[in-house]
Amino acid sequence: MIEGRRLYRETNFGLIGKLWNISWLYVLLLCALAGVGYAALYSAGGGSPEPYAARHILRFALGLVLMLSIALVDIRFIARLAWPIYGLSIVMLVLVARIGHVGKGAQRWIELGGLQLQPSEMAKIALVLALAAWFHRASWERMGNPLFLIVPIVTVLLPVGLILKEPNLGTAVICGMVGMSVFFAAGVRWWKFALVLLPLPLLGRFVYAHLHDYQRARIDTFLNPESDPLGAGYNIIQSKIALGSGGMWGKGYLQGTQGHLNFLPEKQTDFIFTMMGEEFGFVGGLALMGLLMLIILGGMLIAIRCRHQFGRLVALGISFNFFMYVFVNIAMVMGAIPVGGVPLPLVSHGGSAMITVMVGFGILMSCYVHRDVAFAARDEA
Amino acid sequence: MKRDTQRSSVFTRRALLVMGGQVAALGALGARLYQVQVVDGARYATLAESNRISARLIAPPRGRILDRAGVVVAGNRLNWRALLIAEQVDDVGACLDNLTRLVGLADHERARIEREVRRHRRFIPIMVREFLTWEDMAKIEVNAPDLPGIVIDVGTTRQYPFSEKLAHIVGYVAPPNEDDVAADAMLALPGMRVGRAGMEKEHDAVLRGRAGAVQMEVNAVGRVIRELDRQEGKQGDDVGLTIDADLQQAVLGRLGDESASAVVMDCRNGEVLAMTTNPSFDPSLFNSGVSQAQWIEWTSNRKAPLINKAAAGLYPPGSTFKMCVALAALDAKVLTPWDRIYCPGYLDLGDSRFHCWNKNGHGSLDLHGGLKNSCDVFFYETARRVGIDRIAAMGHRLGMGIDTGIDLPGARPGFIPTREWRIAHGHYWNIGDTIVSGIGQGYILVTPLSLCTYVARVATGRVVVPHLTRTIGSTLQPGARAADWPLLGLPDRSLAAVRQGMFAVVNEAGGTAPAARLPESVSQGGRVQLAGKTGSSQVRRVSREMREHGHFNSANLPWELRPHALFVAFAPYDNPRYAVSVVVEHGNAGAAAAAPLARDIMTDTLLRDPARSGPGQRVAEEEPR
Repeated sequence: MIEGRRLYRETNFGLIGKLWNISWLYVLLLCALAGVGYAALYSAGGGSPEPYAARHILRFALGLVLMLSIALVDIRFIARLAWPIYGLSIVMLVLVARIGHVGKGAQRWIELGGLQLQPSEMAKIALVLALAAWFHRASWERMGNPLFLIVPIVTVLLPVGLILKEPNLGTAVICGMVGMSVFFAAGVRWWKFALVLLPLPLLGRFVYAHLHDYQRARIDTFLNPESDPLGAGYNIIQSKIALGSGGMWGKGYLQGTQGHLNFLPEKQTDFIFTMMGEEFGFVGGLALMGLLMLIILGGMLIAIRCRHQFGRLVALGISFNFFMYVFVNIAMVMGAIPVGGVPLPLVSHGGSAMITVMVGFGILMSCYVHRDVAFAARDEA
Repeated sequence: MKRDTQRSSVFTRRALLVMGGQVAALGALGARLYQVQVVDGARYATLAESNRISARLIAPPRGRILDRAGVVVAGNRLNWRALLIAEQVDDVGACLDNLTRLVGLADHERARIEREVRRHRRFIPIMVREFLTWEDMAKIEVNAPDLPGIVIDVGTTRQYPFSEKLAHIVGYVAPPNEDDVAADAMLALPGMRVGRAGMEKEHDAVLRGRAGAVQMEVNAVGRVIRELDRQEGKQGDDVGLTIDADLQQAVLGRLGDESASAVVMDCRNGEVLAMTTNPSFDPSLFNSGVSQAQWIEWTSNRKAPLINKAAAGLYPPGSTFKMCVALAALDAKVLTPWDRIYCPGYLDLGDSRFHCWNKNGHGSLDLHGGLKNSCDVFFYETARRVGIDRIAAMGHRLGMGIDTGIDLPGARPGFIPTREWRIAHGHYWNIGDTIVSGIGQGYILVTPLSLCTYVARVATGRVVVPHLTRTIGSTLQPGARAADWPLLGLPDRSLAAVRQGMFAVVNEAGGTAPAARLPESVSQGGRVQLAGKTGSSQVRRVSREMREHGHFNSANLPWELRPHALFVAFAPYDNPRYAVSVVVEHGNAGAAAAAPLARDIMTDTLLRDPARSGPGQRVAEEEPR
C-alpha cells in the first residue's frame, strides 16, 4: 500500500497531483484565521471595512496565491536556494541599516517599489532554510562533532546581531529562538544547549547595560507598569483594562469601549488580540488561541510527517516561528513579557508581515506536498 | 536510510517535546488570560468605565438682582470668550505663542493661563480671554488650525446697569479662589464668579444656583462621543431688593459731589429704599480683576470710595443722639416732658466747663425746647441724671451700637460706651464722659444706616430692622409688613414728646433747622410735615483758648478737621412713613449742610412714594429672562 502510493507519486507528480496533495484543511485554518483578522479589523476601523479590514483581506488573498504557488515549488529546489536566500537576506539586513526607513526610533523598513519590506522577518525564514540545509547534510555521527556546529552558530548569530543593531530586540530574540529550535530538532545534545543557555543571565545583564533607552524602558515598565501610567506603561495598563473589562463573555462585537474610544493604542496592529478579548471575552480569546494552536500543531505534524530531514527542519522552524509570533504577541498584550512591536500574524493589520508569514506557510506547504520525495544522494552526505 | 531512521526518530521525539512546550506555553497564556479577564474582570471593568465616562458640570446662569420695582440692578450679558482645553493640544506653549501673535496676550495673562492649566484637570476648559471683540474672535476662528484646543464659547458675565450708583448695596462678583473651588467644584468652570460684597455676597448661594451634571462618554483624547446621563441643575434665583433704583438715583443727585451718605427707609417695616454713599466705584471692574493702579487710586482717595459709608462709616451722632438721651431719661423717670432745666450757656462740673453751642445760653427749657433749640446744656444735665449705662441701653434698643442683623455684609453696628466697657479697658468712667455722651460726642459712633433705623423706631415705636432683601425667587421675605415687627415697648407719651420736639426743630419758629421744612408742593398746606433733628459732630476737640478768643469758626478749618454735618428726619409727622438720615462728612453745621439735603431727599421720596408698590407686584410682571 505504502509502496504503491509512493510509486504513484514518483511517477505521476504533475500539477494536479501537487494541488491534490496540498492540505486544504490547513489552508482552511489559515483562511479562518484571516477571517478572524477581518472581523477584528472591521471593528478596529470603527465598524467599517475601511481603512483596515478590506485591505487586510486583499493582502491575504494575494498572500494565499503566493503561498499556493510556493507550495507547488519542489522542496528540493527550495533546498538548493537555501543559502542564496540566506545570503540575500543578510545583504538586505545590511542595507536596512544603511538606507532603511526609521520607524519608531529604529531602522526596520526598506521601501521597494512601493512595498515596505521588513528584512528581519524574511531573515528568520532564510535562517530556517539555511540551518535546515546544513543539518540535512549532517549524518548522525557528524552531529556529535562540536566543530560541525560552528557554521550553523555563525549562521544564527549573523542575522541576530544585525537585527539587534537595528535595533529590534524582540525580533532578534525570536530569531535566536527559532534558530535554537532547529538546532534542537536536528538533535544537538542537551548539554550543548545548557552550555550556551546557562551564561545567558550574565549576558542579559551585560546586554541590559548596552540597551537603548526605549528598550530599557520597556523592560522597566514591564516589571512595574504602574510606575509610569501615562508614559511607557500606558499601553500595557490600557491593554489589561481592555482585556479585563471584557470579562467572561465580552462586551459584544463592536461594543468594546477601550478599543473604540482609542484608550487602547495600536489596536489594529500589536493590540488586536486585546481588542478581540475585550469584545468577545475570555471565551473568544480562548477560541482564538485554540485556532492558533491548531495551526501551530498542524505545522509541527507536517514536520513529523515529512520523510526528509530538510523538510522536517524547515516545517518545524517555520511552525516555531509562527508560534513565537503568537506567544510573544499574546503574552505582550497581557503584560506577561515586555512590549515589542510583534504583530499577531494574519490578524494584525500590516502588509509586510502578512506576506512574510504567507511565504513561510507556502514553504511549509511545499514540505507537505513534497513530504515523500527523495533527495539526491549527494545532498545527504 | 538507516541513519535517516535514527535522525527521524530523534526528530520526532524532539518535535513532540517542542509541541508539548508550545501547548504548555499557550496554556499558561490561557491561564493568565483567565486571571485577567475572569478573576480580575470586575476591577478592570471599573477602570474601563472610569476611562470612558467623564462627568462634567454645567453652570447655571447666575440669578439677577432686581430693585423693588423689578428693574434689573445686576444682570447677565453675553460674553464671548476663548477657552483652552489642555487635553486637546499637544503643545500648550506653541498654541499660546500663536495666540499671542494674533491677539496679543500679555505676559501676566499667559502666566495665569499656564498656572491654571497646571492646576486643573486637563479636560476642564481654561479661560484664555474674556470679552472678546468681534475682531479678535474673527482672528481666532480664521486661524483655528494653528490653535488646537482653543474654542470660542459664549458665556454670561455680570453686568451692573447702575454701576457705581448701587455698587455698595449690590456689591460685586470676582473670580473664585482656591478655597471656593474646594467648597464647590462648579466654581472651577470658566466664567464662574463668587459674590464678594454686598447683596452678591449675602445671597451668593441663592444667586449661584445648583450646577447640573452631564455624564458623557469620552474617548482617549477627551472628545465627547455621546451623552449618557444628564441631571438638570437649578438656575440661580432672582433676588428682589427693597431699594428703589429711581429714588437711589434721585438721592445721589441730591448729594452731588459731597463725601456724603444718605439712607431712606420705610420706617414702618425697615425696608431700605435708598442707601447712597458718595463717592462710589464701578463694581464691574472686580469682575475681571482690578488693576493695581485702580486699586491705589481707590485706597488713596481720602473720600474712600470703597467704603460703604452709609452702613460702615462710623460717625459721632452729635445732636441727633439727643432723642435717645431724652427717651432714656423719660424711661428712667429722671425727666418728665415738662421738667425745666436752666441753660446759662455752659455747665460746670468740678473743674470742667461744658459749653452749649449757644454761648449766651437758652434760659429755662423743657424737653420740647431742649430739642427744638438743640440745647447742649439741657442734655448735659439729662445725661448726668440718667447715666451712661441707661443711655447705652436705650441706644441699643433704638438700633444703635448693636448688630441689628441687617442683611448686608460689611455693615457695622457702631458703638455706644458703657461703664463696664471703660473699666474693662482699664480706665475709670468719668462723669464728663457721660456729659459729652448726652450730645452724642465722646465715644459714641453710629452709622447713617443705624441713625435712620433709630429715627424709624422713634417714629413708629416698632423694632424695625433695616433690611435690603424683599423677595427671593418670587417669595416675599418676612419683614415686609409693619405687623412683622414688635413694638418697642416705650410709652406713647414719651415717644410723642420726642416727636413733637423733632417737629419743632423744623416747623416752629426758632427751631434749629427751618431749612428742612417741606416745600408747599409736598406739604399741601401743612398736611404733610417733616420732623427732624440736626447734628454737627466734632472730629477734634475745640480748645478753650480758641473759643475764648473768638477765633473758632469751623468753616475756616482744613476739610479733614471740619465737623460732620448730620440730619435725621421722618415724615409725614402725623403718620410716619419714611425716615431719612444724611451725613455730610466735614460738612460743618448739620442745619446748613445736611438739613436741606434731607428735605430734598424726603421731598423726592414723598413724591415718588416707593412704598406704595405692593409686595412683589412689579417683580412678577417682569418678563422672563
